[in-house]
Formats: sequence, C-alpha cells, structure tokens
Amino acid sequence: MRWIWIDKFVEFNSGKNAIAIKNVTMAEEHLHDNFPGFPIMPECLMIEAMAQTAGILVGQARGFKEKVILAKISKAAFFNYVRPGDTIKLYADIASIAPEAASTTGKIMRGDEMIAEVDLMFSHIDQNLAGKQFPKENFVFTDLFGVVLRASGIDAPAFGSASR
Amino acid sequence: MAMTKDEILKEIQNVLIDALGVDDDEVTPEAKLMADLGAESIDFLDIVFRMEKAFGIKIPREELFPAEALLNTADFVSAGKLTQKGLDELKKRMPHTDISKFAADPNVNKIGDLFTVQVLVDFVAAKLK
Repeated sequence: MRWIWIDKFVEFNSGKNAIAIKNVTMAEEHLHDNFPGFPIMPECLMIEAMAQTAGILVGQARGFKEKVILAKISKAAFFNYVRPGDTIKLYADIASIAPEAASTTGKIMRGDEMIAEVDLMFSHIDQNLAGKQFPKENFVFTDLFGVVLRASGIDAPAFGSASR
Repeated sequence: MAMTKDEILKEIQNVLIDALGVDDDEVTPEAKLMADLGAESIDFLDIVFRMEKAFGIKIPREELFPAEALLNTADFVSAGKLTQKGLDELKKRMPHTDISKFAADPNVNKIGDLFTVQVLVDFVAAKLK
C-alpha cells in the first residue's frame, strides 16, 4: 500500500511546474486523532503532499527513469490550519535540475490564502550511489502515481506495482 | 563589471545562510562547510544550485567539490589515506586551494576540511574572470 496525498493534477508543464489539488475530508481517519475535537491536516502530510507533487514533476522531467528520493526539506513554513472540507492547491516549481538531483520551490494555497511554503531537494539516487546498490526496479514511481496522472489527463507510462 | 571578492563573499554568505540554515556571523571565510557549518552531502548540491543562480554561472558539481569522485577511485586511496597520485589529482582539481596542510596527513575523513567559505569565494572569482 502506498499513501497518496494528492487527488489530481490541474496543471502540469513538463520540466517546469505543476499544480495539484488535495481535498481534505473527515473520512481520513488520522484527522480523528489529530486532534480530538479539532481536526487539522498534519503539517508533515502537507510536506508529503508537496513531495509527491514536486517529486512526480521532477520524475516526469527525466521520463521516470530516475529514482527520485526526497533528500532535504530546505524550507517548510506554515501560516494556517487546513481543516476537513478544505481544498488545498499545491504549486510546485522546479528551481534547478541536474543529473544527480533537483530542487523545487512550492506553495500551498487555500483559495487566495497562503497556507505554507515548502522548498525541497530530491536526489536521483542511482547517480549518488557512493558504493551503495539499490534495486533495479523503480520503486519510487509505482502505479498509484500513474493512476493519479492518468486520471488528471496526463500521459504516464505503465509503472510497476509497489512491491508491498 | 567584475565583482570584488567582498561582493562575492557577501553573496556566498547569503547562499549558505539559505542552504544550511546558519547565521550570518557563522559564515566567516575560514569556516569549514562540514565541520563548522554542518553541511552534508545533499547540501553540496543545494549549494551548487544556489550558487549557479546567484552568480549566473554553470557549475559542474565535481569541479567545485571533487572530493567524492576522488575517494571513489581505487588508485587514489589506500588504507584510509589519499595516495600521492590522489594528492596530485586533488591539487590539479583544486588549483586555488592550498592543500599542503591536508597533504601532511591525507586522512580521507579530513578531506572535507578543505572546503571552506573562502574556497567557494576563490572558485567563483576564478569562474567570473
């Protein structure tokens, strides 16, 4: 099982930027405990949602050949809570991309209101082996991501399924 | 118009404050990126990306930070130290850096100490020439 914290891409410009949306709902069980009586989307999951938005953008820029791993949270600043019933928009931009890595800048918005700024770095781990070996198959881009992309009307290759 | 070394230093300080989350008074010319400022491997790429933007130049990572490539070459390392061949290569790749102190005890764990704020400044100054 993989958890996916974005519902759909609403804009996708290869190698440049992407916008995804996430609808937050009380059906997400973790909201019952975070916090009892005051449900809010955990900030760490907003970072994960941005990592998925930006990570898919970075992966697509190299034809999903690289294993794109979140390597650094350069910045994460939060300005307000996200509550059940909210729709948030995740804006991700590629700042730099090189054979070994990429950096992205991002904003999370609710309507006109800025909810968070999240800047990330991703490593293309096969290019940063330093003597380590990783499995051949691309375990980062599994078919659930393909489902999200195709449901958003964006071409995606047939990814492998997650090996548990 | 060419930038002075002071202007370059100021830009580099901003790059490191953003990339490493350090305070401006920590980023002295002598500060070592790893030992003093806490840089880890992914930070070196972050620094390269930010420097490219700040100065409008292209920086191949291995040109600025050649240590990793050197350490992964069998000929250049023996018993945890850089060999003479490795030291010669390091000197060739870091022409603006005085490696004599490191050469006296070329322990691979100390190679990170070569990368100071000043090394970044000198690298950019040479690139902008």
